[in-house]
Amino acid sequence: MTMDAFIELDRVEKVFDVRKKTGFLRRERRQVRAVDGISFTVARGEMVGYIGPNGAGKSTTIKMLTGILTPSGGRLRVAGIDPSRERTRLAHRIGVVFGQRTTLWWDLPLIDSYRLMHRMYRIPDARYRENLDRCVELLELDELLDVPVRQLSLGQRMRGDIAAALLHDPEVLYLDEPTIGLDVISKAKVRGFLRELNAERGTTVLLTTHDLQDIEQLCSRVMVIDHGRLMYDGALAGLHEVGESERTLVVDLERETAPIDAAPARVVKVEGPRQWLAFPAGESAAALVARIAAEYPLADLSVREPDIEDVIAKMYAGATPGHTEKAVS
Amino acid sequence: MVDGLRAYRLIGGMWIRSTMAYRASFAMTTFANFAVTALDFVGILLMFSRVKVLGGWPLPEVAFLYGLSSVAFGFADLAIGSMERLGHRVRDGTLDTLLVRPAPVLAQVAADRFALRRLGRIMQGALVLGYALSAVDIDWTPLKALLMPVMVVSGAGIFCAVFVAGAAFQFVAQDASEVQNAFTYGGATLLQYPPTVFGRELVRGVTFLLPLAFVTWLPAAYVLGRPMPLGLPQWVAFAPPLVAVACLALSGLAWRAGLRSYRSTGS
Repeated sequence: MTMDAFIELDRVEKVFDVRKKTGFLRRERRQVRAVDGISFTVARGEMVGYIGPNGAGKSTTIKMLTGILTPSGGRLRVAGIDPSRERTRLAHRIGVVFGQRTTLWWDLPLIDSYRLMHRMYRIPDARYRENLDRCVELLELDELLDVPVRQLSLGQRMRGDIAAALLHDPEVLYLDEPTIGLDVISKAKVRGFLRELNAERGTTVLLTTHDLQDIEQLCSRVMVIDHGRLMYDGALAGLHEVGESERTLVVDLERETAPIDAAPARVVKVEGPRQWLAFPAGESAAALVARIAAEYPLADLSVREPDIEDVIAKMYAGATPGHTEKAVS
Repeated sequence: MVDGLRAYRLIGGMWIRSTMAYRASFAMTTFANFAVTALDFVGILLMFSRVKVLGGWPLPEVAFLYGLSSVAFGFADLAIGSMERLGHRVRDGTLDTLLVRPAPVLAQVAADRFALRRLGRIMQGALVLGYALSAVDIDWTPLKALLMPVMVVSGAGIFCAVFVAGAAFQFVAQDASEVQNAFTYGGATLLQYPPTVFGRELVRGVTFLLPLAFVTWLPAAYVLGRPMPLGLPQWVAFAPPLVAVACLALSGLAWRAGLRSYRSTGS
């Protein structure tokens, strides 16, 4: 990586004390390592996906990067600033969008929130106008500006939130589940806007998501986290190799036959004349199809690409969970 | 501090503009606030229809306490009454959104939903205080006259400290807004009655532990020429500004500790 590291994490940890009631007046205290020694760097202008199952530590990482939470250990810098120590100084340089909760003022018209951001972030007037106009145009907020935030649909609100996070020209934008609960059209709008933002302004983007299409369409790099640890950091394509993923060939025959014999593919399901064959994602489908067509009465077929959810699930299954929870009692 | 005041002004200003967009609604809610809070005084009037004095205090002097307490508490409630919602914000996670903005969290929480309708409480308190001042025969001196505004400002400061400390407590116990109400609204109501109707232990607690007695009881006793509660020396009647500053400083420290604990535990 030749570009300067804009976000730097060096063995960052976050340990929570969790108290659980185990009986009358008895409390068990245990430490949960939500983030367990994560190191990575993100260069200026990168667009990175940060994925993992619920409770893996994604949101905790974002909260440390934005200065909401103080790390329990390790070193963390964003634009050279220690987020937890200089929260307000950092705030001028970052934008944050929480998918599940809004940063807008719930009972007031959208434009009121923007006007307040203008003053609070001390955005120069010309800059504010320009950024607002651009967001309003690209995110189609025109007719929504005078609507109280609570009356907006989820997709509208999300677009409104993204605009609010960008008015002060942040160098990095964090998005925590930006497409959660959105319909297909809203998702497409949000993704298109983020792609353009990254391409035109070089804004660094770090997003957590459950929707792997977000990653496929936006991120050149993906990080997978589980049990507070970084399991994978690299290109999306590489995930398939790590997860030993398989493609599926669905074959419709003219009549029922014995299960097709075509190693390395193996039959995983038979339903009358239809058979499902799994084969390694790296193998060519064409050769396999040719062999089957030569030996069996082939009527129709289709190839299904591996589901990345499955790929990640396999990765989790292969990984040892380790000792992420330690009872201290 | 300067940043905090600026953020408070910006957010509060936004809420005032938004309130003023619906003037009729503002007038109605303010009147409702006026009427509901005035019911407290109606209760006191009803009591005096049966008795001549309450704990040795006649109606105009009780009205004096009532007016002072209502006005002082009203200003605190107007300024930072929204802080009682802090527990909510911790629970639903919206506190996080305040932590990513370039302004002190305390100012953002205090100014949130700034409600001008709370002027209703101040107005009814001021009316009752006006009545009391016209009905009580006070032996005015320049010192006593000076003490009047000092009492209101210090009292508002002491109540503000209670609000901040209560909010700080909600970082730890998120369901504690009822506990906080007991101290804020409950404290204001307590001070509307003469100290002589309460047990000595309670008066002591409200003087030395949670120093609400400095809002009205002690300075008012001096202005009205009554004996000081608990046999305290007369100079304590002039202590409210110092007590207010000390309380605000302590509550500020509690707030910082609460916020620090939130940022290390996230809940």
